[in-house]
Amino acid sequence: MSENPVGESVVSLTNVQVQFGGGRVRAVDTVSLEVGRGEVVALVGESGCGKTTLIRSIIGLEPLAHGSIKVEGKTVGMGRGVRALRQRVQMIFQDPSGALNPRHSIYEAVAEGLRIHKVKGHEPTLVAEALAAAGLRPAERYLRRFPHELSGGQRQRVLIAAAMALQPALLLADEPVASLDASIRGEILALMRSFVDTHGVSIIAVTHDLGLAWNIADRVAVMYLGRIVEVGPTEEVLGAPKHPYTQALLSVVPEIEGMEQQILVGETPDPSRIPAGCRFHPRCPLLASGEADRLGFGDKCRGVDLELEPEVGTHQVACHAVQLN
Amino acid sequence: MSVLELQDLCVTYRTDGGLVPAVRGVNLTLEAGETVGLAGESGCGKSTIASSVLRLLPKGTKVSGKVLLDGEDVYAMNPGRLRAVRWTSAAIVFQGALQSLNPVRRIGQQIEEAILLHSTQPHTAARARTGELLERVGLPAARADRFPHELSGGQRQRVLIALALACEPKLLIADEPTTALDVMVQAQVLALLEELQREQGLALLFITHDLSVLTHTCQRLAVMYAGRIVEQGASKEVFVDPKHPYSQALAAAFPTIGDPQSRMNPQGLAGDPPDPSDLPSGCPFNPRCAVAVAECSTLDVSLRHAGVGRSAACVHVDGPDV
Repeated sequence: MSENPVGESVVSLTNVQVQFGGGRVRAVDTVSLEVGRGEVVALVGESGCGKTTLIRSIIGLEPLAHGSIKVEGKTVGMGRGVRALRQRVQMIFQDPSGALNPRHSIYEAVAEGLRIHKVKGHEPTLVAEALAAAGLRPAERYLRRFPHELSGGQRQRVLIAAAMALQPALLLADEPVASLDASIRGEILALMRSFVDTHGVSIIAVTHDLGLAWNIADRVAVMYLGRIVEVGPTEEVLGAPKHPYTQALLSVVPEIEGMEQQILVGETPDPSRIPAGCRFHPRCPLLASGEADRLGFGDKCRGVDLELEPEVGTHQVACHAVQLN
Repeated sequence: MSVLELQDLCVTYRTDGGLVPAVRGVNLTLEAGETVGLAGESGCGKSTIASSVLRLLPKGTKVSGKVLLDGEDVYAMNPGRLRAVRWTSAAIVFQGALQSLNPVRRIGQQIEEAILLHSTQPHTAARARTGELLERVGLPAARADRFPHELSGGQRQRVLIALALACEPKLLIADEPTTALDVMVQAQVLALLEELQREQGLALLFITHDLSVLTHTCQRLAVMYAGRIVEQGASKEVFVDPKHPYSQALAAAFPTIGDPQSRMNPQGLAGDPPDPSDLPSGCPFNPRCAVAVAECSTLDVSLRHAGVGRSAACVHVDGPDV
């Protein structure tokens, strides 16, 4: 599934830039990404790396300063066609409690989207089917309940049911399990993956949890300061990371034994002050250890900005050390 | 003498809906300089334990059993003694740093206040100590003049740790100290906690639902379910070879990256955490348990020996009761 022939893309981003404050903050800074039908892509990175802004731009919530986004071949705009787009692209959020109206019953929560998009069919049946498909069975038990009567895991299931009831082509999931207990986490991820296998929906999951990527994603894209710095099949990116940033991210995952921790110093970087040269260079262990200078490309790191290497297979990296080889 | 000893601790909240037993008979000991992790999902009673150590529970909460800090019963202390013990014997770092700090006071003032309350030092000495503490947790001393909102999440969490260390406690209780933080910042804070623990010989009670973090940070691990400890032992052993089916599910919830078994195969635990006010009969875990047998719905097993320094509360464990 990781190779997606052109034309089969559900969403296609080309040189996308999103800016705030009149161009002062470059939240998303030239990103290109294709997601195929039935493909799960995990977008990982620290807070402020632009991953949430990027997926918001896919449903037309952020105006593009540059570049274009196509969903099923149609260009995403801010004006007309946005309703149709928002049926094909659904979003689920980190905090299911905040995303549900506390005064709407579970039935209402799912039915609202069906009404807005004028989905044909018997509404009560559609709602019940959606809840059952999301693992809330028997659905009748949940219809008249309110969000506060459900657990966090159940609330996330309601949101997934409401999203999937509209039969979207693409599901955007922003930290879908970060606020859930460890034991519930796996169940929700398994549910998301099952919709991929049964309905062929594509998913872009924004997360800082590399375990999530390992659990459900076909491909991983690592973002740093508004740009994708490494992308490729999950096994390759997480099994043999090439970018020093990806390597550092992996090294601090507590489960990974025998890998020397590379704790990057300093705070998460600020998109209003993107460093010159490679944007990762002030925190890069290769440069800090002097290795980059020893091998003679240190000046490039400090002076030359770079994007993902041109297509040379499915695993691409934006790093001078890798591109020189 | 143990730094902290919980003896058959039971905590019952009084709510409009009746009595809610949150902690039901917990025994736990922390020696000086030891790190113990307390794991479990929301509502299992782990944070209640944190609050109970320093008597921070809501008024009217029923507490039975004993909480001994350095051998002294916390619930027998008079208010003056209790005030003296808080911060100096044991201090707590809570999860929400933003909520724990006063938003309208500079962080330096907040740390000084804690120092001045617990000593007779002059103001200038307290100020100097505040600077030292901030530097100790990796912040420039000049940050003392900042307000909480001017700091990032990781920096605020560092301030809370500095605050907790202000009166040189022997025991630090950390309740989900890194849950709200980014991966890299979480790694920074964990490394700091480990360093402080090692250098100052702090005893650390680390509470979180993230078993992988605990395994990394703590020597010993106690897994809680429905108000009780259901498994205890050396962290690595509990994580790698859990005996209780609940610990097994918790350990499996964290995939090992690179492990083909967890690839495209997220492991969860069916069902929801039990409602503490309406626990299932028998073993409270039995409705969610994959290996439950008939007697599990009637028999509530207590902790049994399960190897050297290990115990688990499950019928499938053969050892004698602890």
